[in-house]
Amino acid sequence: MSILIDKTARVLVQGITGRQGGFHAKLMMEYGTDVVGGVTPGKGGEWFEGTPVFDTMRMAVETTNADVSLVTVPARFAADAIMEAADAGIKLVICLTEHIPVSDMMKVIAFCRRHGARLIGPNCPGVMTPGQAKVGIIPAMVATAGNVGVVSKSGTLTYEVGFAMKNQGIGISTIVGIGGDPVIGTTFVDVLEMFENDPETEKVALLGEIGGSAEIVAADYIKNAMTKPVAAFIAGRSAPAGKRMGHAGAIVDGGEGSAEEKILALEAAGARVAANPEEIPNLLA
Amino acid sequence: MKLHEYQSKFLFADYGIPIPRGKVATSADEARAIAEELGGIVVIKAQVQVGGRGKAGGVKVARDADEAQHHAERILGMNIKGLTVERVLVDPGADIVQEIYLAITNDRGAGKPLIMTSMEGGMDIEELNRERPEAIIREHIDPIMGLKDFQMTYIASAMGMPRAQWRSFGKVLKGLYNCYRASDAELAEINPLAITGDGELLAVDGKVIIDDNALFRQPALTEQRDSSGEPESERQAREAGITYIKLDGQIGCMVNGAGLAMTTMDMTKLYGDADGIGPANFLDIGGGASPEQVAAALRIILSDSNVKCVLFNIFGGITRCDEVAHGILTAYNEVKPSVPMVIRLQGTNAVEGSKIINEARIPNIAGADTLTEAAKRAVAAVKEQG
Repeated sequence: MSILIDKTARVLVQGITGRQGGFHAKLMMEYGTDVVGGVTPGKGGEWFEGTPVFDTMRMAVETTNADVSLVTVPARFAADAIMEAADAGIKLVICLTEHIPVSDMMKVIAFCRRHGARLIGPNCPGVMTPGQAKVGIIPAMVATAGNVGVVSKSGTLTYEVGFAMKNQGIGISTIVGIGGDPVIGTTFVDVLEMFENDPETEKVALLGEIGGSAEIVAADYIKNAMTKPVAAFIAGRSAPAGKRMGHAGAIVDGGEGSAEEKILALEAAGARVAANPEEIPNLLA
Repeated sequence: MKLHEYQSKFLFADYGIPIPRGKVATSADEARAIAEELGGIVVIKAQVQVGGRGKAGGVKVARDADEAQHHAERILGMNIKGLTVERVLVDPGADIVQEIYLAITNDRGAGKPLIMTSMEGGMDIEELNRERPEAIIREHIDPIMGLKDFQMTYIASAMGMPRAQWRSFGKVLKGLYNCYRASDAELAEINPLAITGDGELLAVDGKVIIDDNALFRQPALTEQRDSSGEPESERQAREAGITYIKLDGQIGCMVNGAGLAMTTMDMTKLYGDADGIGPANFLDIGGGASPEQVAAALRIILSDSNVKCVLFNIFGGITRCDEVAHGILTAYNEVKPSVPMVIRLQGTNAVEGSKIINEARIPNIAGADTLTEAAKRAVAAVKEQG
């Protein structure tokens, strides 16, 4: 087993005829993901690598019976694309797009909740269950199948840690990139809870960063509700206060969101926190 | 993007929020003319985007136009926390009997707008939050439904607003919410919102931060950007589509992805801190960066004379290592850096990328397989230079 996606996932790619959407849809297919089609308004009736392209999500879902959607459209259209997926009955929407205004995301998240759809992201690398399926841009080479669940705010840092684990023979059940934006659809706690309940996940690696308080809330959950061991890394120990470090969410403000307070909270909750992400495999051994 | 106090208050006025009828001056003569026009007591306020300007002497009360000119002369050109005061706001003095705090902000955890308000305004809200959190009323707004009348009544009642002001407070609250929404603000704050001697409400000070990701649909606000507080290198980076922040260390870092960029900085500090060595910058070249962007990024890193070594840490996903390698060569040939470089390419097309770098036979570069190794090499390269 795994969480969120496995080889049975039937995936639509919104923006499949775009440069990024098409490139990654192809890599997903090569990985073994069941990409059943794509949506680009105005391009319905075309084909992409042997799968049909539709004008609308309603038509695409009706025809393909898809249950997962990947949103790769530009920021100006992404909020609408996510809502279109939820409206069409998709229960898992994964959004890679970065730079979506927060005011749009707050509405989108409320809309998804009302439709019973789970949103991962935005501004995330996606989800990968090694050996089964990947929905997003996580490179195939960074992980092999195994029993460690990985949840992360950052894309390339996840690749780094996955790769270090692979080099030490540690496999992964599922990687979930939740994204680095201030307002996101799925939180650390949501994913930790899924890993806690997944019989095939034995340990968890959590990769956080400065800004906000999601890691503090996660530490509370780890302390009170988790039985599985957690190893963690928090990026941004050397970041000065008041400066936004790339991710819209990564800012230490008003004495809140610092790496130190997050590390202390995680350690107090019993998690093992690495000072160097390449030491995560040792903490999981 | 932060707005100045005067920009924030003029924006509030567009949404029906009462503000003092002050004006902006860029010279002492102008300040004098405004003070004469307003008559009576005026306040001269430095317009800089940092906190604590009052303590730094950037806010002064003047009894007449002469004094206004005198204060403006001293405040204009003043350096407050590294920023030069280029403008002052000349506001009429207000007869304040009560100071209220009122703000609307994005609550990340809840994913909803949050109203925070207190009858104990004027002071620093974070301090109030630590000392007397119960004095702050908090109310979430449904992002789809918006602010409802019953919520306004609840807020006014719960915070202890005198009934005589409920109606006008409701108007200010609604105005501030409309302003926050229509401007794509991350924060819209009035502190203090004054109750004056004749029972009116007045937004005496204001602060607005606009979500950078929404600027594409906020042309009027984007025009108000004041980048004078932004270092030249950071402005160049912003225009090249790169996120760069200058820091104090010696190791210039070029990384793809914000989380990994911070991690790379952390590693240089982890292995260099004992010798006073650390990161010279945060730099994220983003996903799928082009050779041109890599070249621009390298030029920006090297414009910092503290940099004694450049560390490239690229874990290719969307970004292709061979494209980054081309960018490094383009930039190298153009800039001819004299400092050593440590180049670590991993992930998508890493083998091709390393081949390109190796075949170019650049002097003074080292490779590395892991991030740990790369960080240690960069620290050692700085140490060697003493």
